[in-house]
Order: sequence, then C-alpha cells, then structure tokens
Amino acid sequence: MLNNCDPSRFLASKLENVPPSGIRRFFDLVSDIDDVVSLGVGEPDFHTPWHIREACIHAIEEGETSYTSNFGLKELREEISNLYLLRHSTHYNPENEVLITTGVSEALDIAIRTIVNPGDEIIIVEPSYVAYTPSVIFSGGTPVPVKTHVENNFKLVPEDLRSAISDKTKAIILNYPNNPTGAAMGKKELELIADIVEENDLLVISDEIYECLTYNKKHTCFATLEGMKERTILLNGFSKAYSMTGFRVAYALAPPEIINAMMLIHQYTMLCAPTVAQIGAIEALKYGNSSMDKMIREYDRRRRLIVNSFNDIGLSCFEPEGAFYAFPSVRSTGLTSEHFAEKLLNEQKVATVPGDVFGKSGEGFLRCSYAASTENIKIALERIEQFISDLE
Amino acid sequence: MDNVDKNILEILEQDARTKPDEIAKLTGISGEEIQEKIKHFEQAGIIRKYKTIVDWDVAGEDYVYAIIELKVTLQRRQGYQVIAERLYKFDEVRSVRLISGDHDISLTVRGKSMKQVAFFVAEKIATLENIQSTSTHFVLKTYKEDGVILSETEQVKRLPITP
Repeated sequence: MLNNCDPSRFLASKLENVPPSGIRRFFDLVSDIDDVVSLGVGEPDFHTPWHIREACIHAIEEGETSYTSNFGLKELREEISNLYLLRHSTHYNPENEVLITTGVSEALDIAIRTIVNPGDEIIIVEPSYVAYTPSVIFSGGTPVPVKTHVENNFKLVPEDLRSAISDKTKAIILNYPNNPTGAAMGKKELELIADIVEENDLLVISDEIYECLTYNKKHTCFATLEGMKERTILLNGFSKAYSMTGFRVAYALAPPEIINAMMLIHQYTMLCAPTVAQIGAIEALKYGNSSMDKMIREYDRRRRLIVNSFNDIGLSCFEPEGAFYAFPSVRSTGLTSEHFAEKLLNEQKVATVPGDVFGKSGEGFLRCSYAASTENIKIALERIEQFISDLE
Repeated sequence: MDNVDKNILEILEQDARTKPDEIAKLTGISGEEIQEKIKHFEQAGIIRKYKTIVDWDVAGEDYVYAIIELKVTLQRRQGYQVIAERLYKFDEVRSVRLISGDHDISLTVRGKSMKQVAFFVAEKIATLENIQSTSTHFVLKTYKEDGVILSETEQVKRLPITP
C-alpha cells in the first residue's frame, strides 16, 4: 500500500537519542501568553553598538558582499591574534591557528566532528549549554556527563572528572564562565583540571564565549595554562561581549594540525562566515572596547540585585561570578524545576528556564537571565515573591 | 573614583529618583554608606543638580529654542568669564559655552515665541558692549537631548526564551 509510506522511516537512527530542546517547549508555552516578563533570554539586552552596525551598513554599500577566504578575513584573524597577545600573552598565528566560524555553534560542531571517532567518549560538564550533548551524538561519539554541584558553586571538581574518564575518553568540553549556572573557575582550580588532562592525554574544547563577563576576578584562558595550548580548541565570539548574537560570527583557536582539519569540514559545509558580520567583528575589536566597561558594571549591578533578591525571597542562590545568569534553587518549594517554571509562567507571567533542560544535575534549579532591564528584573522578582507566598 | 562610586553615579544618572536602599541592593553596599557617599558627591559638586528631562512638545507647551553664536571683543583686564557671567544671568539663556571656530560663544535661548526670542537677542544680547555680532539659529526639532533620545526609541527585538 503506497499510503503506508511513513516519511519518518527515512530518519537516521542516531537522532532518536536526541530529545528536542526543552527550551523549545518553553518557548512555545511563553508564546501563548501576553505581558510576560522574561528572564529566559540567553542573549544581551544591549543593542549592538551603533558604530558596529554602521560599519556593516557601510560595507554593504561598498559592495563587500562576496565570499571571504575559508579561514575568514585576514584582518579579522590578525585582530584576534593581537587580542590574545595583549589580553592573555599567548600567540596564535593568524595564518593557520585562527578559523572564523558562523557563531560558536558552528565552531563547536566542527571541533567535535574533527576529533570524534565512533565510540569515542566526550566528557560534558553538567549542567551544560544545550548544544554539547546533541553535537557529540550527531558526530557518532558518546557523551559522558560529569555533574557539578551547588555545594562547589558548580565548579568542576577534579575527583569527579577523574572518575568519569575511561580508556575511551578523548576530550572534555569546558564552559567557564558557564551557561546556565554563571559559575566561573579561577586559575588554580583550572590548573588541577589541566593536570588530569595531561595525565590522561586528553583534549579540551574550551567554550569561552562569556570570557568578558566575569565579575570580581580575571578570566583565565584555558589554553594559557602550562602545557595546555597544544591540547586546547578555544572557542570564542562576538555575541555576548558586543551584543552581536544575530550576526553569527565567532572563531576557533587551536594548533595548526587541528585548525586544518576543522577547516576541511568548514570549507565544505559553511564555506565562510557571513562577510558583513566579519566586517562588524573587525570594527568591534578595533573600536568596541570603550563601551564594554560600562556594560559590565551594569550587568554586575543587576547580578547583585537578582542574587540578593532571590536569597531574600527564600530561593537560595549561590553567587555567580560570570556570564549573565543566576541559578537559584527551587528545592525548598518541593516542586520540580519544570513544574515550578511552568506554574510561575502561568500564574505570574514570568518566564524562566527550568534547570533540568541543561542536564540532570540542573534539576531543582532555575536559570534566570539578568540580561534584562533593571526595571523588568524588579518586576519579575516581585512576581516571583508573590508566587512563593501563594504557594505557602 | 573607584568602581563603587562610578556605579552610584551611573545609577543616579539613569534615574535620579533611585532610593539609597535600591542602590544598596545593586552595589552590595549598605544604604547608610550610599547616603553618605551621595552627600559627599553633592558637597563636592560632583552631583550638581537632580533634574527632569521634559519633552515640552509632548506636553503641549510650545517653547521656541534658538542657538545664538556670538563674536565678542575682549576688553582690558576682562576675560571671557566676565562676559559669560553677564550672559548666564538671563533666565532665557539655558546654556553658555565658549567655543572654537568662527564664533566665540554659543548660547541656547528659550522663549515663548520666535518674536520673543528675536527681541531678547536684539535688545539684551546684541546691545551688550562686548558683543561684536550675533548669529541666531532657531531650533526646528530636537531629536536627542543630553544623551536622551526624544523621538521614539528602537526596541530590542529578542525572542522571549533563547538558549
């Protein structure tokens, strides 16, 4: 019978292991409700600085709309190389150690595809950004979660990492400052991780997209730790530091052998990152740093407001040191993350993201983004306080 | 000026009505300390004044603004300061600036009508003995005032939930 033809039988079986993002489900729920105050947004609420947008408009007027080199514009690679020299005293050769990608999402995907053989285990530090586990599955690898805990401020504990390593382990994906917890790790703490990486001959994919958003401490670039440069694929971009999420431009820094291999996939799948976005990125690196200090101070104020308020309300919240997320615990209410977030949305019209979306160890927590205006944060917190008192 | 001081000033610059307790929550410093710091800012002249930016157009009050550029002749033992003082004492004069270029001083003048502003300039400003010449530019529309955009501002179009 021809009408018996079910298109889903054509789908690859590896997709069966990938559930749709829990964020997607929440997005659909939120879309049906009016007047929602959202703490659910994983992108800055600042506009892309006007000089960056203006540079892009000018580039289009000047006809800079064709492909660039597969590696990305040379000037951009040189600016990035300079940035790392100035900021972290480490040198990446713009000729063969820098690859411009379409967002960190692409960089992450091709980094994983570059290193994974079927059956290789990739360690993912949970709670984690939603793309890591699926990307490993898509590439035919096996994701191995390592939990982090609120007792350790969601930092990776060396013993936990050790116990997750097997003879099939190939790499670890690190993301500090972290989405969703806001945790950041200092130099000494990362050095302990680096020792284990070296002992076990592993590679690290270090997603440092929130590098610029650290509070009260200096960001440590994982590749600058002793012996780690040869073992690190560093991912970073322009979305968070310069509010350029929609431009889709980022980069990978790694030893030439790895960049070359990543390039092989990149040239056949993406060809190059959007040209206009690359020009905006050059503008950002050259002239965009003056507005950054002010932006970071603003985030820092909101961070204090949101963390103090959660603790006052009775939802205990550890002090996040990076990114723009607070990760309060809802365990005291007896509700699961998902139940809490859904009920809060329906009853008080505040959107948050349940912590279990980011892995099992996120259960019992909520991701609350403070990339929202102080005014909206205040309104959201008042509503959450009301919600909690209605529960009692 | 440390980061805490900058924080307090930035908060007040955005909204002068923010209460010390709220500033305390945003900065992690006690409300009393905030109050003391603000007092110090006021005394030291770091905070000059708390003002409200009013869009009089929207309020329906038709004020007329003009930018007046002046060429002045300096007299013996008399610098620009003396001239500026004579100018800024007029209530109609909203700002006085010493500028470079073809002219020496730039004023912003506010009046109820073009006629009133024109008379003010002709009778009170142009007749001052140091004033060589005046050049009056009437303001047709103000788009941005003191860092605040007065026309409709753009909204960040973000999805309500993103990863």
